[in-house]
Parts: sequence; C-alpha cells; structure tokens
Amino acid sequence: MSAAAEATAQAGTGTAAQPQTGRGVAYYPGCSLHGTSPEFDLSLRAVVQALDIPVTEIDDWNCCGASSGHTTDHLLGVALPARNLALAEAQGFDRVLAPCAACYNRLSAAHLAVAHEDGLAERMPEILGRPFANSVEVFNAVQMLHEAAETIAEKAAAPSAIPNPLKGIKVAAYYGCLLVRPAEVCGGDDPEQPTSMDEVISACGADPVDWNMKVECCGGAFSVSRTASVVRLGRAIVDDARRCGAEAIVVACPLCHSNLDLRQKAMATRGEKPLPVLFITEVVGLALGLPAESLGLKRHFVATEPFLQDLAVRAAKREAAEKTARDEAAAKAAVRAAKRAAAEAEAAATAAAAPGAPEGGEAQ
Amino acid sequence: MTTSTARTLAAEILEATGINAATCYQCGKCSAGCPMASESDLRPHQVMRRVMYGPRERALQDESVWLCLTCETCSARCPNDCDPARVIDAVREIGFESGQAVIPRAISAFHKAFLAQIRSNGRLHEMGMVMEYKLRSRDLMKDVTNAPGMFARGKLNLRPDRIDGVAEVKRIFERCGVTP
Repeated sequence: MSAAAEATAQAGTGTAAQPQTGRGVAYYPGCSLHGTSPEFDLSLRAVVQALDIPVTEIDDWNCCGASSGHTTDHLLGVALPARNLALAEAQGFDRVLAPCAACYNRLSAAHLAVAHEDGLAERMPEILGRPFANSVEVFNAVQMLHEAAETIAEKAAAPSAIPNPLKGIKVAAYYGCLLVRPAEVCGGDDPEQPTSMDEVISACGADPVDWNMKVECCGGAFSVSRTASVVRLGRAIVDDARRCGAEAIVVACPLCHSNLDLRQKAMATRGEKPLPVLFITEVVGLALGLPAESLGLKRHFVATEPFLQDLAVRAAKREAAEKTARDEAAAKAAVRAAKRAAAEAEAAATAAAAPGAPEGGEAQ
Repeated sequence: MTTSTARTLAAEILEATGINAATCYQCGKCSAGCPMASESDLRPHQVMRRVMYGPRERALQDESVWLCLTCETCSARCPNDCDPARVIDAVREIGFESGQAVIPRAISAFHKAFLAQIRSNGRLHEMGMVMEYKLRSRDLMKDVTNAPGMFARGKLNLRPDRIDGVAEVKRIFERCGVTP
C-alpha cells in the first residue's frame, strides 16, 4: 500500500471513529497573533473566555504561507494551510477558528481547493505525509462573534458597575479584502456591502457608520516591500472613515491593523487627529466590561488612551444624565402617588362622615 | 526560435486553472476597481488581453503582475466570471517556475525571505524575515525607526518560534517543488 493510500485509509477511519463535540473549537492563531499583533490574541482569548466558548490552540501548527505561498506556487499555497487542517482533524476537532483574515482566507481556500480540485484530495496525504480527510470547517473571529451577537448584546446592555463605554460611539467597520473575497471562500456575507461586523458592533451598543471604504484593500503584504503604496491606500481609508464621522476604525485582520495603525503617522499630512484602530475583539471586550489592559489596548501605535478616557468621560456623563432623568421620574411618580393617596384618603373620609350609607339604606 | 505558436500561455493557464482567458470581453470593470491600477503598466483587463495574444515572453516578463495584491476585487466584480486574480496568480507562477519572471527586487526579496523563514522554522519569525529581506533587497535602513516601538509593544520576538514538525514542512516545500 502506498503512503498516500495508507494515509487516506487512516484518515477515513479517523473521522468515522470520532465525531468530536466535547473539546470546543481548535484555535489557529497564525504567526501575526504570536508576533506582531499580540493584542488580537490577548483580546480574543479574553473574549472567548467571557463568552464561554472553549478554544484550544492547535498543537504544532505551521504558518499558512499567506501571501507568498500562493503567489509562488498554487500547490504550496494549498499544502501549507492543509497541514494545519490535518493537525486539527487528528487532534479531534471539527471546527477551526482562524482570527487572522489572511490565515482564515488561506485555510478556507485550501479546504475548498481540496474538496473541489481534481486529484488534490488524493495527493494531499502524500504531500503532507499525514492522513487528511478534509473534514474540518474553518471560521473567523467576526463569524464567531456574529454567532454570539445575542449574548454580547445582552451582556453589553446589562447594568454593571462600569457603564458600557461604547454606547452611542460612532465607529467604522473595516473588512478589507480577505474577510469577504472571494465570496465562495468567505462564507455568507456580501462581498461589496458586508454587514456582519457592523451587526457585532451594534450588539456592543456602538453605532457603525455608513462609509465607502469597507472592502477596499489596505495594501496587505506590501507593508514592508512597497510601503508607499500602503500609505497611499491606507490614507484613503482613514480619510473616508473620518469624513463619515467615525471616531475609530474596527478591523479583524492583523495586516489591516498594522497598515492603518503603524503606518498612520506617515499618512497624516494636514495635522489631522489620529484615528484609533481597534480589533473587533477589543471592541467586544470593552462592551463586556473587560479591563483595557487585559485586551492589549496599550500596544497600538495610535495611542488608544485619549480615546478610552474620552469614552469613559462620556459614559459617566451619560450615566449621570440617565440617573438624573431616573431620579426626576421617580420624584414625579412619588408626587403622583402622594396625590393619589391623599385623594383616596379624602374619599374614604367623606364616605365615613356620611352615616346612612347606601348599603345601609339597601338593607332597610 | 519562439515556440509560442505550439502552446499559448492561455492554453497553459486553462489547463492549470480551468479558466479560459478568452471569455474576457474587455469591459474593464476589473481595472476600475484595482487598487494598484495607478501604479501598474498593465491593468488587470490588459493582463487578460496579453495572456490571450502573447507574445508569451512579454506576458511573463511584465512586472505589473507582481504588483497585484490578490485583493480579489477584480474577480469579485467580473461580470463574466473570468477570475483575473487567479489568472494573474497563474502568470506569476508560470513566470517564476520558468525563470522568466521579472520581479521587482523588493517584492521578490520579500517573498523569498518570507518562504525561507517558514521553511526553516515552520512559522514566520518577523525579525529574521526582515533581516533576510534587507540583505536580499539591499534596503538596509528600511523601517529601522519602527523597530524600537514594535519591540516596546511586544510585537517583535527576538527568537524564532520553531515547530517540532519542521522536517514535515521542509518536505512539503520539496514535494511542491519550491526552493525559496
């Protein structure tokens, strides 16, 4: 039996034997979340814990190769992510959470390619040197949070000691390329007018703005090799978000984050106020009342402190105004209740003062 | 000397990807949405044209395809499902493998440094990648001012994160015929 046939046979029995449910989802952090975007990893872990979604990091995962892999060789672009899908499968999972948009796109594209391209499913176990049944589903952080939107909305609206700092704050949901394109790789959202991240933002109590650059490209992997292009593309995105009234941009991709956050200094030409760039998991974390430090919010290049302080001040004012309104309403209700009580007492007194009450008359 | 009549690039791409470049009717919608159009000599619809009507060498040697970010806007908007992004990927792949590609030095240096990191560690080590990139691109001063800020924010690891399955990953590169 050839290695490939053997591997396929093993893979077949593997999936039949254990439809996994108990261990939650497999977590594929990818290189960025372990390297240049630790705040995405921190905030994601904090949020899944708060939402009670158990995640386990895939043991010995490798880089998905985005975007140099598929640019150089199609097969390599499929095989590198496929090894991670094979690992997740062998470790007993049926779903992989890949928060990084680039990793998500490559993992999902590999899953589709193996399912649909002639001969790939047969070749893959031999290329990987592992059994591979392609049985694992891939999803990203936005999809996970969208599934949990109701819970997030309940928790964000629940009364707590710290008022939700996001209520009524205007933010721009930036999807970029890899969360929405190609549509067949990226699940159900509309590739031109996606709404899933906007809905998560609404669940947090914030207001997503309507704007034009939701799905425009930030320059992705050219951050290092062609920085001028990235600055040109990023400037258009940041300017439009600001023009449309956003106070922050929300992203779900470490490349988008780095291109809009680290490179924003190079974009500012007219001394504009910098626009903070937050990960969607950081936004959800704030709505759930998690402390800013636990979400890694101090690790950004565009400082988030002034923004967070502003939010806290506005939340406190809003809270005070609401309290005043509540107190006034309570006072009015008290006055009304007192008046009603007085009227009732008066009526009772009048009734008592008149002997020969109607019922007495009737009895006679 | 030229063999372009024997097998056209379009035929080769059709075989490799199942995409028939001849179905492109040059409406230009792809190019209207392309974020790199203003920086490229050939815009997506022109790449589609050149793939169809060679000469093959000129299609493979044009550096515009290497400026493609694979943002997929062209393919998402194509009214006839021609998938220019996949065609551009195929042109790059064929050009790279045949040694005919003319890749801008910085971009080639980035891809090579990136893949070399994965091949030797299984994961990307940014610091190592950037060092190798600088040597390959000869752009030694690139982003040096950002390094302290990244380090202070815990965004740069000094040591690579090497996986146990590094030999497996090396074998994947071999079996795919890629040597960065």
